[in-house]
Amino acid sequence: MKSYLKLSGLEPLVITPETNFVNIGERTNVTGSAKFLRLIKENKFEEALEVALEQVRGGAQVIDVNMDEGMIDSEAAMVKFLNLMASEPEISRVPVMIDSSKWDVIEAGLKCIQGKGIVNSISLKSGEAEFIYQAKKIKRYGAATVVMAFDEKGQADTYERRIQICERAYRILVDKVQFQPEDIIFDPNIFPVGTGIEEHKNYAIDFFKATRWIRTHLPGAHVSGGVSNVSFSFRGNNSVREAMHSAFLYHAIKEGMDMGIVNPSMLEVYENIPKDLLERVEDVLLNRREDATERLLEYAEQVKSSGKVQVKDLEWRNTTVEERLTYALVKGEIEFIDQDTEEARLKYGHPLKVIEGPLMAGMNVVGDLFGEGKMFLPQVVKSARVMKKSVAYLFPYLEAEKSKGGSSTAGKILLATVKGDVHDIGKNIVGVVLACNNYEIIDLGVMVPADKILAAAREHQVDIIGLSGLITPSLDEMVHVAKEMQREGFTIPLLIGGATTSRIHTAVKIDPCYSGAVVHVLDASKSVPVASTLLSTTLKDTTKEKYKQEYVKMREEHAAKQEDKHYISYTEACLNKKKIDWASYTPPIPNKLGVHTCTNVPVATLRQYIDWTPFFQTWMLKGKYPKILKDPVIGVEAQKLLKDAQEMLDTIEAEHWLQANGVYGLFPANTVSDDAIEVYDLNAYEVKEKLFHLRQQGKKGTTIPNLSLADFIAPKASGKTDYIGAFAVTAGLGIEKHLERFAKEQDDYNSILLKALADRLAEAFAEYLHEQIRKEFWGYAPSENLSNESLIDEEYRGIRPAPGYPACPDHTEKTTLFRLLDVEHSTGIRLTESLAMYPAASVSGFYLAHPDAIYFGLGKISKDQVEAYSQHKGQDISFVEKWLAPNLNYDI
Amino acid sequence: MNKPPIQEILKQRVLVLDGAMGTMIQRYSLDENDFRNDALKEHPHSLKGNNDLLVLTRPDIIKAIHKEYLAAGADILETNTFSGTTIAQADYKLEHLVYDINYQGAVVAREAIEEYYQVDSSRPRYVAGSMGPTNRTASISPDVNDPGYRAVTFDELAKAFKEQAKALMDGGVDLLLLETIIDTLNVKAALYAIMELFEEEGRSLPVMVSATITDASGRTLSGQTTEAFLISVAHAPLLSVGLNCALGAKELRPYMQVLGKESPFFVSAYPNAGLPNEFGLYDQTAGEMAEQVKSFLEEGLVNILGGCCGTTPEHIKAMAELAKQYTPRPLPTVEV
Repeated sequence: MKSYLKLSGLEPLVITPETNFVNIGERTNVTGSAKFLRLIKENKFEEALEVALEQVRGGAQVIDVNMDEGMIDSEAAMVKFLNLMASEPEISRVPVMIDSSKWDVIEAGLKCIQGKGIVNSISLKSGEAEFIYQAKKIKRYGAATVVMAFDEKGQADTYERRIQICERAYRILVDKVQFQPEDIIFDPNIFPVGTGIEEHKNYAIDFFKATRWIRTHLPGAHVSGGVSNVSFSFRGNNSVREAMHSAFLYHAIKEGMDMGIVNPSMLEVYENIPKDLLERVEDVLLNRREDATERLLEYAEQVKSSGKVQVKDLEWRNTTVEERLTYALVKGEIEFIDQDTEEARLKYGHPLKVIEGPLMAGMNVVGDLFGEGKMFLPQVVKSARVMKKSVAYLFPYLEAEKSKGGSSTAGKILLATVKGDVHDIGKNIVGVVLACNNYEIIDLGVMVPADKILAAAREHQVDIIGLSGLITPSLDEMVHVAKEMQREGFTIPLLIGGATTSRIHTAVKIDPCYSGAVVHVLDASKSVPVASTLLSTTLKDTTKEKYKQEYVKMREEHAAKQEDKHYISYTEACLNKKKIDWASYTPPIPNKLGVHTCTNVPVATLRQYIDWTPFFQTWMLKGKYPKILKDPVIGVEAQKLLKDAQEMLDTIEAEHWLQANGVYGLFPANTVSDDAIEVYDLNAYEVKEKLFHLRQQGKKGTTIPNLSLADFIAPKASGKTDYIGAFAVTAGLGIEKHLERFAKEQDDYNSILLKALADRLAEAFAEYLHEQIRKEFWGYAPSENLSNESLIDEEYRGIRPAPGYPACPDHTEKTTLFRLLDVEHSTGIRLTESLAMYPAASVSGFYLAHPDAIYFGLGKISKDQVEAYSQHKGQDISFVEKWLAPNLNYDI
Repeated sequence: MNKPPIQEILKQRVLVLDGAMGTMIQRYSLDENDFRNDALKEHPHSLKGNNDLLVLTRPDIIKAIHKEYLAAGADILETNTFSGTTIAQADYKLEHLVYDINYQGAVVAREAIEEYYQVDSSRPRYVAGSMGPTNRTASISPDVNDPGYRAVTFDELAKAFKEQAKALMDGGVDLLLLETIIDTLNVKAALYAIMELFEEEGRSLPVMVSATITDASGRTLSGQTTEAFLISVAHAPLLSVGLNCALGAKELRPYMQVLGKESPFFVSAYPNAGLPNEFGLYDQTAGEMAEQVKSFLEEGLVNILGGCCGTTPEHIKAMAELAKQYTPRPLPTVEV
């Protein structure tokens, strides 16, 4: 492996023998550029950066930065400028040359550059000790260095002095400091020629000769110099100066000079120098004639100084305003942004349209390029800044529009990048876009812990909290913030955004942690419609519900998908059934075995058992009863509705609108296989019916069983007789004529109210009957004494799963149940063709009494179970598959 | 056990670095109490999640994890000191414990190795003192409106890294490992500090550096290409240079090729177990990961191989078995 001078900015710069010559940009030098000096003095660093950018675009491969001026705090200016340069990827792409005669300034500069730069310069001027100290430090900071041909006696101005000082410096660096030889760049001093002073005549020749000597005798070392010095005496005559620079370089490069501080725009192509001018220039450089200087001066006075005006590549200016804005955003080009923004404003008529239109379109291009890896972070930061400037330009117009409209702020939104994450470009863009849409933004910045977010949200009484993050751990932190919001009783919407966030993550991990609205916002352009609907007084509840439901659906789909991947065989599932210690269990014997009817149960009794929460849900009023009645927004509406319901219940009761009939049966029973329960006649001699239950097949954690309702009945092998119950109730008998009446009167309100109440009464009937079963008819919990709330929360022993619901989704079991209880005959409920119960306000199910019996969702099942199940049940497999279609984990 | 210099071993075979510490710690489902000892009982800040602290409060767990990795075939253990700087510990107001964390982190890893020699002393194992990048960047502004602003300076970083390196050396680590480098200026400050420390101490340790390519652009967070990064740290006398974290082995390959071609030092790679899924979890199995790092070995790109986020002893075992079958990347000779 060959060792070369290797430098770096964001990208590498390797100087090999084939490199020929490295251009070092010289314009960001307060001693060399009046314009740059003025900008720095006036603290216009942004504009000063443009000078650096111009250099890179002009072909500079390294940027020289010099702040040595009496009126400037050189160290502070160096640090500030280098830090700003680091944020401009197009500039910081190239290595930096830190140029100062003051060591403190150099050292401060070295602490700002992540790449490997060059120090310009150190020398033996103050003796060996200081030289060694500085070189050692430079090595430790990781930079190359320029060494001036300068020693204790002064600057070398002859060939001999040049080579003598350079050799001495080289030996010290290589032998004593162990400096890499290829990291040494000698500057053997370029002095002005053509000054008319006799001693200056050989300056150029001596430089060329010294260069050749260094390149031959000091292996690895490079030679550089400040080229514009050579033409110092021809200031004001750019034609001559450009020719001198080119000719000087032509000869110096031939001798081995491989780097140089030059102004690329002050460089004529050697071949293009007029022959007569070239001859006179070279006469001076090479000291070929006594009158060389005079002849060049003569020539200089003849030619008009028509120095080239540097033309930036402004081709892109000839495109449409939309294209120009996109170009400016992608390139981070700030120069014309105000002008283009104004043009767009006039074209689009409204400042907001400019933001939502061409500016957002441009930022989308930036986003796409970033996603494809064609832009990287620092460039995107620049784009954001251009965006900001454009918006800042539009701001007064937006304000004017606002005052015209007379509207106040649309709402207060808090934005923060979560703890542990420093990325905030996306968040800032969202902030800008929202601010432009009249929202007041409280931006807490980056790495904001949850407690600070919540405290600020309280303090500012914000309407929405927006969280952003780019790295994966931020996902967990967002979950944490959501939990904290829940814990502290927040109800305002939570918006989630940022590169790693996703709708699915928001739906699965964040949304369940917070009862307020949680919305994943794909990009800044979506933030406005999302925020406005979430804060709209008329839309906010439905919007929240819409998102909640959407996310619930995504969660379910996701869970189903997850299960897809993790199924166990039916055999394994059966082995992992719920293990109940039947030996130590004594099944309670029902007090009233057999089938019993309860006809004409009074509505007055049933209405006490009503669970009102689902009733309000029917009316799209979300909230738990009775809290819903005090809800600040829908409370009044809920109260009105409840009053109407109670009044209708009174009428139903008084005028006997509805008849409530039920039937239940309690039977001896045993599980006889993994999926079948035998139901016996009262003497347990004869099998009346066989009930079949499906088993969960999703892969479970180590201690979690694969459940089937069959697990909760004692197996025949236990030698114990267990019991099972069944029931069917309705509160909808007689409803038709009232519905017809309401239909005739076009009274939709009362029609829906009646149907909803009948449903509630049927459910209340089931609850009521179940209580009777536990306390009396079966009687295993005679002293149970629960409030209606506790009943609703199912705080009792035993369950009443219904066929067609999650624990036993097989609707065809209803047929068995109806047969068992002779339901149609004893209650008037019948099964439709599609196995729905009629009247609709009916409930049927089984009673299971074991204390471990719980409700569960079957989830998806595999073909092996369906095959076994249909065989056991004696049903055709295609028939079973048709009824169980939503529960199959395979396509039929 | 008297260890031969690691440089010599690295010429003979591919060495295996251990896998993720955080992933393993998660398996213990620790709570706040596990992060507190008597001295920290009254500490007013929540400490859960400050994994480095476990070398003081639950050294048994850290040692057990170290041993799992040794059993899996790791030649080099990383100390559990990734965030052991005053800058990173400031989040927990635990700046005063930085020395102890690093010293004990080194001790726990050394003890794990010593104890494991009872099981298998067929080859030497090394302790690498892990030094993370801190949670601040020296060349990127955290404030988009003020690109010239810096949340941390070179001098602050150098001071913090020097303290950490000193404690790790005192604790007896064999190597220093500057890892997950997202901003090269941070690591330049660390290298500056370490070189200064070596000079003051009159002795030095081999230093490994490992950068992180953060996204599809193939750059570090601070925007450097792999080669630019290599050039920016090559002034230090490094043992190895490499890449870790952020990407899986497959995505890392083109950048490993750059290092394989250009690095004058030994080369290391310890990628994540693939890319995280949308929940931030790593799905790649040991077998899948081994399959992907195989190309590094086949192409002769690496000397040190291991795992970062999401990797477990199973991953390390798979890679250790693979590494045995290949010869290491030869160290290039550099001529002026």
